[in-house]
Amino acid sequence: MSIILDHVNYVYGGDTALAVHALKDINLVIPDGQFIGLIGHTGSGKSTLVQHLNGLIKPTGGSIYFNGEDIHADDYDKKKLRSKVGLVFQYPEHQLFEIDVFSDVCFGPRNLGLSRQETELRAYAALKQVGLEDEYFYQSPFDLSGGQKRRVAIAGVLAMKPDILVLDEPTAGLDPKGRDEILDQIAKLKEETGITVILVSHSMEDVAKYVERIIVMNQGAVMYDDVPREVFKHYRELEEVGLAAPQVTYIMQALHKNGMPVQTDVTTIAEAKDEILRVLDGQMRVTEQMQDLGAM
Amino acid sequence: MLRDITLGQYYQTESVIHKLDPRVKLIATICFIISLFVVKSWIGYAVAAVFLAVVIRLSHVPFKYMVKGMRAIVFIMLITVVFNLFLTPGEVLVTVWKIKITREGLQQAVTMAVRLSFLIVGSSVMTLTTTPNSLTDAMERLMKPLKVFKVPVHEVAMMMSIALRFIPILLEETDKIMKAQIARGADFESGNLIKKAKAMVPLLVPLFISAFRRANDLAMAMEARCYRGGEHRTKMKPLKYAARDRMAYGVLAAYFAVCIVIRIYL
Repeated sequence: MSIILDHVNYVYGGDTALAVHALKDINLVIPDGQFIGLIGHTGSGKSTLVQHLNGLIKPTGGSIYFNGEDIHADDYDKKKLRSKVGLVFQYPEHQLFEIDVFSDVCFGPRNLGLSRQETELRAYAALKQVGLEDEYFYQSPFDLSGGQKRRVAIAGVLAMKPDILVLDEPTAGLDPKGRDEILDQIAKLKEETGITVILVSHSMEDVAKYVERIIVMNQGAVMYDDVPREVFKHYRELEEVGLAAPQVTYIMQALHKNGMPVQTDVTTIAEAKDEILRVLDGQMRVTEQMQDLGAM
Repeated sequence: MLRDITLGQYYQTESVIHKLDPRVKLIATICFIISLFVVKSWIGYAVAAVFLAVVIRLSHVPFKYMVKGMRAIVFIMLITVVFNLFLTPGEVLVTVWKIKITREGLQQAVTMAVRLSFLIVGSSVMTLTTTPNSLTDAMERLMKPLKVFKVPVHEVAMMMSIALRFIPILLEETDKIMKAQIARGADFESGNLIKKAKAMVPLLVPLFISAFRRANDLAMAMEARCYRGGEHRTKMKPLKYAARDRMAYGVLAAYFAVCIVIRIYL
């Protein structure tokens, strides 16, 4: 279930004076079961890139392979591709349209031609996966809160049972509690089903906490592609292109500069806590030893 | 795909025509169109052609943009020309397989073709040199007298500018919604007419909701800035006639007079 991007290029407005080279020679391999974070400044090409993954946009140069098959070959079934690569757009609640929540979630599987029973089973399972309570299933989607609407929209894509789930800024516009809820739900989903997840985000904290690989986009090209620890070591270069490292990394850097021998490649709050305690603990022990020695 | 539809065709450049008050251009276009129906002789059309050519030259807009508008009416032109050519009774010039081409038919066909093309090119000059918002300003000013008859002039103009403002936004929204539904397996291409119509529901419902939501937000934003309608409302850039506008009116009047003279005496 892997995706391979081979020398992918995309230019908006091909031969007019306003042509924009949105993607420049992208070469990526997305293997099975990875949790990937895709970060980049506004206009770096993130949204363009993810729309290539399910064939919504055709590259102006290069090819894209899903499971070894060229997705833009003449006889390739793009509809089937879209059931395997689920894409949740930014502000997905804007796509809700049905009379009630349940029917909206059924839209996806029904488009795949599944039987009524299978469709309804999937819709129910998907809504449960996003943690929506039963009482909302038959309400109008427009009567729900922002966070609930968003979960319904994500369920709409999950009901297609994709092997790869791509989420474009799923936490945009949500309060901190809403953000944590959605991301925890996604992490849980990944653990339970092992699907590949690609998370496009602006928030370094969100990305650092959950993903195992970060791809940094800058002006249409891939700038870094590594584990979070390594990527955030380049926090100065990241700042130059309008991004940053997680706040925690800056704190560790400051502590280190002021004489505390902490590791600076920490990227999450939990790691920071452990590291600070470890160093403090060590210092405590040294102090105690010295006191003991002094007392003797 | 939808992004490629450039709305209004304003061509940005510096020229005397661009700087004219939009009211002048609007009135001039109307006068020009009327003049096309006033003149009936070759000399008349020649005069109109010269006038148009001079204006085009002064506008500094490349000629190819003028003829872009012609593409839309190629079909109508073709039908008009063909019908006039073959179905007008009169003095027969040529016979092709039982179909007669008459002198009158030829004259009519050419007249129609010339009128239509001048009409399109003339209006194009206006839209290429005037932004949609200046046009609405011009129409609002020109329609002001209608206020006496309780016509809601300001409201209509405001609706037009807001609609113009939101067309590109809604087009982008449509694109986004379409892509989101396609990502869920929606199919907007295949099927018969009924199937295609049904397939529009997942596109139209979210679009309408979005439009209403934006309208609501815009209304609140306008009210929060003390908008209360047209009463005693001033403009940041009011339309003011300059010397060049008065000259333009003069030239226009002269042209129209010439057309009338040609009609009467030639």
